[in-house]
Amino acid sequence: MSFFSSPRPVAGGPIIDFDPAACCLEIEGLSLAYGETPALRELTLRVPRHRVTAFIGPSGCGKSTLLRALNRLHDLNDDVRLSGRICLEGQDIHDPEVEVATLRRRVGMVFQAPNPFPMSIYDNVAFGLRLQGGIRKRQLDDIVEWALRSSALWDEVKDRLKRSAWALSGGQQQRLVIARTLAVRPEVLLLDEPASALDPISTLKIEELIRDLKSQLTLVLVTHNMQQAARVSDYTAFLQEGELVEYGTTDTLFTNPRLARTENYITGRMA
Amino acid sequence: MIGRARLPRLEGGLPWLAAGSVALSLLMLAGLLSLLAVRGMGHFWPAPLTLVTLEDGRQLAGQAVREERLPDASGRERLYLTANRDLDGAIWTWVDLEEIAEESHPRDLVVLERTRWGTFQGRLLALEATEGRAEGEAAWTALQAHLKELAVLRAERDRLRDEVVVPLVRRLERDPRAETELERASARIHELQARIMGGRLLLESVDGRRLEQPLEQVLRAWRPNAMSPPAKMVAWGRGVWRFLAEGPRAANSAGGVWPAIFGTVLMVLLMSVVVTPFGVLAGIYLNEVAHQGRLTHLVRIAVRNLAGVPSIVYGVFGLGVFVYGIGGSLDEWFFADRLPSPTFGTGGLLWASLTLALLTLPVVIVATEEGLARVPDNQREGALALGATRVEMLTRVVLPMTAPAMLTGVILAVARAAGEVAPLMLVGVAKLAPQVPVDGEFPFIHLERKFMHLGYHIYDVAFHGDDVQAALPLVYATALLLVLVILVLNLTAIFLRHHLRARHGALPRR
Repeated sequence: MSFFSSPRPVAGGPIIDFDPAACCLEIEGLSLAYGETPALRELTLRVPRHRVTAFIGPSGCGKSTLLRALNRLHDLNDDVRLSGRICLEGQDIHDPEVEVATLRRRVGMVFQAPNPFPMSIYDNVAFGLRLQGGIRKRQLDDIVEWALRSSALWDEVKDRLKRSAWALSGGQQQRLVIARTLAVRPEVLLLDEPASALDPISTLKIEELIRDLKSQLTLVLVTHNMQQAARVSDYTAFLQEGELVEYGTTDTLFTNPRLARTENYITGRMA
Repeated sequence: MIGRARLPRLEGGLPWLAAGSVALSLLMLAGLLSLLAVRGMGHFWPAPLTLVTLEDGRQLAGQAVREERLPDASGRERLYLTANRDLDGAIWTWVDLEEIAEESHPRDLVVLERTRWGTFQGRLLALEATEGRAEGEAAWTALQAHLKELAVLRAERDRLRDEVVVPLVRRLERDPRAETELERASARIHELQARIMGGRLLLESVDGRRLEQPLEQVLRAWRPNAMSPPAKMVAWGRGVWRFLAEGPRAANSAGGVWPAIFGTVLMVLLMSVVVTPFGVLAGIYLNEVAHQGRLTHLVRIAVRNLAGVPSIVYGVFGLGVFVYGIGGSLDEWFFADRLPSPTFGTGGLLWASLTLALLTLPVVIVATEEGLARVPDNQREGALALGATRVEMLTRVVLPMTAPAMLTGVILAVARAAGEVAPLMLVGVAKLAPQVPVDGEFPFIHLERKFMHLGYHIYDVAFHGDDVQAALPLVYATALLLVLVILVLNLTAIFLRHHLRARHGALPRR
């Protein structure tokens, strides 16, 4: 079974052989429409465990929509119609037995603009854990410290955990949001252009963090920035107009794309 | 080219226009407040008493109030407050300025504040009491001592009557022991009353007419021309305090406004307690729960329009639904023994508060909705992405961020409700209700009682008194007080809002 399959078989067939057991998310025939406007068409791809997978593509190609489908954030919008299957570790996430809150704990998400809550740094990180309840103060302290260390923020904020999270810089806020997500121990971390609102140094820190986190969980990254995708991701999927155009290891896709469309986009010959 | 030529002029003028509007608004506000303050608070200042001698030898003592041109424009005339209604039949005297031969300020002129006939202005000749007769300066000293004693005696008598006798009378049917207690209390009251009665003052107006004045009718006495500025300050402070702390006298034309202050504040607080949860929940439903379809949109428009309905219409609604409908039914079910005299089937504190709550509901709903709409979607998504349910997202992230906006709604509601008079006339305000609706008797807050309200008090004093000219300072003072009460209520809410903002962090302005 090929790992990189697409409804319309791409010329050249599978690029690499892959053990299906190493697959974390399986997306099969996923279509999604906002009202009458289709956003994703018959999308099929697999996301490998403990790797960084990047979605690239022009604006409006559906990469963010796909990301949000992975933890069912579209449930909020009544206009969204969805068909196809998304499986997390073999289980359909739309299965009635799956609680959406539990799913979202397993599949964490970091958004484009840093969105810390208007609370203290500590309370932000503890937010998800407190929702689950039944955690003692000492244990909570330990997890908060662990999460902040994991997101490389601990040294910068350890003396002001009780201060407002809104007083942090944009880059620190984004790492705080990552820490907040890590604190609930997700299996998958979805990152929606996490560095697009940040300065170059903060961007660099976030990218380092993404590479470090790979050992703990599966990461899916949406980005506009091709260099970023090339720097941090192991696999890259190129989407255009709601369709998956090409999917492969980052090295192959960037150095030797099979399709002219992909090459045009990567080399910037397309708007 | 025309557009270009005009643009700079607009650029230059618009800021001036805008700044001018702000300046004008501030000026009008300052003018309003200073008018109220000067006219209202000046009333309590012991004004000097002028002894006027006319060309024909007549004399009068009064406080100059204002001057006007004579009808034939030959000169000016001045209005004096000469008091002494029992002697003159009127308390005002117009004097042609050209007829005035001499003006002086003798130190021995006294002003007496009395329970009947208003104030007296003139001279004190003698004081007769059980211990004997005092004349001249000795009479003034004795009067001071007597007035102090009288105040103590009156206070004890009134306290006994309100706090001992009235509850005892209510207990009389059930408790036979109450009778002996009641007799003891009555005896004490009679004793006090006897000590209060008896003294007499011999007074003389400046034109020589004499008057015997029972001492128990005199509340206060002062000699404005003999008072030093600090003494006047003290007297002014006491006057203001009595205005705030005492009940009205003489058909609201004198005395204080304490029951009205209490009634206003209590009603507004009750209204806030009712309107806040309803308004906030309705706002949450419209913005967070309801499907954002055409129906929700219609409801939203209806709510916003409801804010523009004239208040008297709410009054009519309150009278029909709350007072006659619900109140009438309550009376039939629970207070049938008291019918036909109504308990809840007449205007009262509860119905007034509910009517005003209804009136201010749109304000709170709109403010809450706007606050909710201002919470960025990424905050909601952030909470959901951490595994929060929608309820948890609302209660833990969205509502704390919306709390300041909700309080803004309550502030606006309070400001509107505290100044509203028209609907209250239909649903429970009273011209005179010296008993405040809160006392030591079960159930402590008497929601069915009628109450006094500062706004209605102003209307009543200004238009329904015998002598509007005399009551006018009280109208100004009451109006100032109403503004201050609203200010204090608002400041409390603003302080609370600031506190909440400081705790939760302010939303970035969009």
